[in-house]
Amino acid sequence: MFKQVLISAVVAFGLIGAGCASKSNKNASTGSTGSSGSSLGTGGTSDLSGSGSAVGTDDTSGLSLADRTVYFAFDSADIDGPGQAIVSRFAKYLASHPTAKLRLEGHADERGTREYNVGLGERRANAVSAALISGGASAAQINIVSYGEERAADPGHDESAWAKNRRVEIVQL
Amino acid sequence: MTQLLRLLIAAVFLVVLSPARAQLQFEVTGGSTGAQPIAIVPFGANDGVMDIAQVIEADLVRSGLFFALPRTDMLEKPTEPKQIDHRNWKAVNMDNIVIGSVRRDPGSDRVAVRFYLFDVLRGEQRLGFEMPAAEPSQLRYTAHQIADLIFEKLVGIPGVFNTKIAYVASQGYGLDRKYALMISDWDGENPRTIATSREPLMSPQWAPDRKRLAYVGYERGRSSIYVHDVASGKVRKLVSEKGINGSPAWSPDGTKLAITLSYETNPDIYVVDVATAAKRRLTQTEGIDTEAAWSPDGQSIIFTSERGGPPQIYRMTADGGSPTRISFQGRQNLRASYSPDGKNIALVNLDDNRYRIALLDVASGSMRLLSDGRFDEGPSFAPNGATVIYATQGPKGAELATVSTDGRVRQRLRQTGDVREPAWSPLQR
Repeated sequence: MFKQVLISAVVAFGLIGAGCASKSNKNASTGSTGSSGSSLGTGGTSDLSGSGSAVGTDDTSGLSLADRTVYFAFDSADIDGPGQAIVSRFAKYLASHPTAKLRLEGHADERGTREYNVGLGERRANAVSAALISGGASAAQINIVSYGEERAADPGHDESAWAKNRRVEIVQL
Repeated sequence: MTQLLRLLIAAVFLVVLSPARAQLQFEVTGGSTGAQPIAIVPFGANDGVMDIAQVIEADLVRSGLFFALPRTDMLEKPTEPKQIDHRNWKAVNMDNIVIGSVRRDPGSDRVAVRFYLFDVLRGEQRLGFEMPAAEPSQLRYTAHQIADLIFEKLVGIPGVFNTKIAYVASQGYGLDRKYALMISDWDGENPRTIATSREPLMSPQWAPDRKRLAYVGYERGRSSIYVHDVASGKVRKLVSEKGINGSPAWSPDGTKLAITLSYETNPDIYVVDVATAAKRRLTQTEGIDTEAAWSPDGQSIIFTSERGGPPQIYRMTADGGSPTRISFQGRQNLRASYSPDGKNIALVNLDDNRYRIALLDVASGSMRLLSDGRFDEGPSFAPNGATVIYATQGPKGAELATVSTDGRVRQRLRQTGDVREPAWSPLQR
């Protein structure tokens, strides 16, 4: 029994840990979801990184996480003043760079069920998308994904953590 | 290479630190006041293989409905019915005793187990079975089957000791967060990793045949619904539309999944044929429709909807007809699912700023709270309908909890990191 537990522990944590190892890691042996390539299990580019993913070269390059994140009130998808400033900066950038593309990642705080929160996160990303388009971007430049409450920016269980988690992160592709 | 080495060292380090870390630790936190005494006598000739009586005893005690006589308090240890002296059991206030013996087949390495359940008060045999011979490595499941038979005889409903739970384990935050879809026995034993990802894994659901899991995964910023064959490890990406691909729920016949998609307008319920992937839209309203679940007879689908304002539970026919609101108590009600007999619905209820698990009586419409956390979610019925498993916030992260539908028996399952989204398997057929 003890031996069995040991082996299980290696499988579970060895492989979680192996997520970033390489594309040819052993995940296949436990059935990583790699039916279409190996990114479930090996991960892709880091889309939560603050400074590392600045790809653009113009006025949006090198923006900190704070400068590319729009925050929302509880149960709301309304973009406030600071959020408008961030959105209009990206709208101008997209309008003047027709080949540039963004991904909008919608998030919710932990309150509410997980799948419902995926819906809330998408509603927020859609609000940012609509604002970008009205600011001159084209729909073809925008991808949307909602992670719901799955990727909290702050692991806390209070209002200050929740306020940081109700957000849309703008990621340049 | 060095990376692999580092990885190996990290894995070994974790294991040396705490060998059982990746396994859910099981704890009964509230037992039934009506728990019955039982004595499980060590089985005869039980050498060189696992202690079967101990597994049976652990199962029955973990159900919260039994307490077991310690072996040191047993005045005799019979292995055959004729060896039982009833006075030895009356002296320690035992009504029911289980005895048995193990026999190794000399030809193969297989092991046969015979057991009896005796009512010593009345002096009558209540069960007597010769279990099919099994490989020594499978004896744990033989023991669970015996526990199921005893449980059903004494409690009156099927036992769930041979069932499994699927759940999502995750650790770390931001870039370091890692997700694993796991399967273990109902009590956390024998954990096994089904899939790992650096992007979220969500909403595992067992197919009625217990051979497949449907779940949601993300790849490079896009979600998909996968169907995973547990035995072979084969994974099929069933649906991957633009936007949300979420909340899979198997039809009772296992041929269809109700799912949530948003590619046409906003989150709505669709039904997708598992064999052909052909899909049909069932809801069209503004706002979010999600978290579908089928009634056991396959005739209705219940789901979470914002059509009347804050999210509440609605029921429609399985082809999308005549949606009607069915939850009325509480600010919000979400993620409903039917009990196996169709008489109750487990859901997440928001009231007093707390998300708690509640049971909705389908006939009367009355609602009863089952849990008392702040962020309880993801209820899933045991296949005998007697228990609900759900996720709750523990002192060190999300953990799993169970509660009997009468509210009396409570258990916890925890491990390092967050454990969420439990799905209780069907009974083995």
